[in-house]
Amino acid sequence: MPNHPASPRPGPTRRRVLAGALGLTGALALPGCGATSGPARVREWNLFGGGDGARLLQIHRQFVAERKDIAFEAHTLAWGPPFYTKLAMSAAGGRAPEVATLHLSRLRGFSPTTLLDPIPLDRLSAAGINSSDFLPQTWDRCLIDDKLYAVPLDQHPFVLYYNTDICRRAGLLGPDGRIKTIKGVDALIETMKAVKETTGKFAASVETTNPWRLWWTLYGQLEGRFFDESGTRLALDDAKALEALQLMAKLAADGLVPRSSPYAALVAMFTNGDAGLSFNGEWEVTTYETAKMKFGMAPFPQVYDVPACAGDAHTFVMPHQNGRSAASTQATVEYIAWMLKHSVEWAEGGHIPAYQPVATSAEYLALRPQADYRDAANHVLLDPDAWFSGSGAQLQNEAGAAFSGVFSGQSSPRQALDQFKAAVQKLLDTPSPV
Amino acid sequence: MAVQTSPRTPTGSSSTSTASPRTPTGQPWTEKWGGLLFVAPFLVLFGFFLLWPTLSGLWNSFFNKSLAGVGGEFLGLANWREVFHDPAVWSSLKNTLVFTAMSTPPLVLTALVMALLANRTGVFGWFLRFAYFAPFVLPATVVTLIWVWIYQPGFGLVNGLLTSAGFAEIDWLNTENRAMLAVVITTVWWTVGFNFLLYLAALQGIPEHLYEAAAIDGAGDRQKLFRITLPLLSRTTGLIVVLQLVASLKIFDQIYLMTVGGPNFSTRPIIQYIYESGFTSYRIGYASAISYLFFVVIVIVSIAQFKLFSGRKEDLR
Repeated sequence: MPNHPASPRPGPTRRRVLAGALGLTGALALPGCGATSGPARVREWNLFGGGDGARLLQIHRQFVAERKDIAFEAHTLAWGPPFYTKLAMSAAGGRAPEVATLHLSRLRGFSPTTLLDPIPLDRLSAAGINSSDFLPQTWDRCLIDDKLYAVPLDQHPFVLYYNTDICRRAGLLGPDGRIKTIKGVDALIETMKAVKETTGKFAASVETTNPWRLWWTLYGQLEGRFFDESGTRLALDDAKALEALQLMAKLAADGLVPRSSPYAALVAMFTNGDAGLSFNGEWEVTTYETAKMKFGMAPFPQVYDVPACAGDAHTFVMPHQNGRSAASTQATVEYIAWMLKHSVEWAEGGHIPAYQPVATSAEYLALRPQADYRDAANHVLLDPDAWFSGSGAQLQNEAGAAFSGVFSGQSSPRQALDQFKAAVQKLLDTPSPV
Repeated sequence: MAVQTSPRTPTGSSSTSTASPRTPTGQPWTEKWGGLLFVAPFLVLFGFFLLWPTLSGLWNSFFNKSLAGVGGEFLGLANWREVFHDPAVWSSLKNTLVFTAMSTPPLVLTALVMALLANRTGVFGWFLRFAYFAPFVLPATVVTLIWVWIYQPGFGLVNGLLTSAGFAEIDWLNTENRAMLAVVITTVWWTVGFNFLLYLAALQGIPEHLYEAAAIDGAGDRQKLFRITLPLLSRTTGLIVVLQLVASLKIFDQIYLMTVGGPNFSTRPIIQYIYESGFTSYRIGYASAISYLFFVVIVIVSIAQFKLFSGRKEDLR
């Protein structure tokens, strides 16, 4: 406390403290009353924290440089529940950002009619984006009650990454330098054994703590169904589900994949060569390129009856705002259109463009390894359609909890399946909150 | 807790119950309403941010209210019935109680030992005080980031020590009956500094002359510790145990950041289940009902604590 020699009563008095506190409160409140004018503001929330997030930053920098008339701000939030809870809360309060990313598999579970604003088709086509620019099966999932609630940006399937050096030494590459086609369970295991002998550690890196995508891929290749025709009753085929789980257990028991590995370890093992293959979504391309790795990518091998791979699509949505202005909607639609037209740069980060003029462009087809797995887009299996499914939603958490024990050896495939079925049944018995 | 709002006038407080109630006419208004005015800012905030949300939570627990803004029908006791039949509620409540039982004793005892040590040492006292308290100022994110790496198999510090001592590696955070222990160790390291500080302050408040008198009577170090120091710390211990129990029951941050409740939900605390029900699954009504169950548990624990420790009221001084 500084002294005030001139003052008869040094130090704070009650009145001075009160006056000071009042003044401070007023000063804090003042900036809140600023006038809102100037360029249209577009705030974007996304969940890209991986290699694709770094790519998005570059694209956004270019957008900001080109479109000086739009005040653009982007925020990256933690993937999964932290992102979706914040987005839902902001939309429930009507104070959401102008635009946000959303997984297509979660669109119906996100209560679009209350938490999202429809995207005006006329403004979108004025900005040069039409329904014919997308694969029909993708576009149709964005429509709810004939209103457009999401614009697809990409598709992101579960794929196979391979380290070209390791695979060449293991004799797995064809003359074109790409991995030879693997078909069937035996071929998969033979290939993985050859890789394991070369690395001396593991064949493939997988995320054992969240094995939903691997299981859903294998189960989908067995043409297993999740719901019956009514779409509300669980119709899992035990034999097929167990076949997939037993294969996962065998890979871990034979030491072809680690018994326990979170996502960060999946990336680390493939980067440092402990594993010559990696089963993962295609979004880590930038990470491995930055690490100066020699690697290739292919659609996930057809192990069973039909080609299929778990996957999802990123879309742009307009979360609900109280009083969205026409100017801000226009700027938002222009942002979405700009992003789609520049999605070849997004594709460099691994995702397959949803906007067909880009997906069929020479520029995209020349990308390697990104264009090597583009066929997977035709075999993408979205999560079962329910309010509790989708990327990072409850169904995947339950699958992760039940199935990770198959890798670690803490539970048998049968136990894991029973636990998972009980959990899904409980979710089905819960009245839908959306 | 009742808030005293009526101002006491000198005349009013001295009047007996037999006398007719004095009309407060003639009092200046500042005396009559001044007290209320002074607590008004607090009362407004208290009402807005504690009382109202608490009551609206209770109200919501009888509806199928959804964060998505649909539903909202009256359900009667359906949410409450579901709470009592939902195994996830009870397993996550059990995890919270297990964490509390595992973390409270070491957090109290370690703090006491550290305070006794830091209070004895003259030269390095400042260093010990600093070192013991330093982790407490770190945010949860930093603490968990450090410890997730420490527990990492393959290259983590703990497993490095284990393997160099000839033991097998333990995948701490991904093994069902190890993950909770790992979180407890992290929590003790992180938050023991606060209890340590309370103990240290209490130790420094024990008058030196008691020890001098004891020394003259021929008391040794052990007798001084058990006959003077520990009895005089008993009220601080009571306070620390209550604060610690409440803090441990509220466990969420470390577990969510380190294991997300895994593996196989073996560390999921009840607050995480409330969060998942309310915000991931949008079921605000149901989440409110679980919250109230948990609220009752905390109130019971606090009352039991209060009864236990308010029994020893005798002041040893």
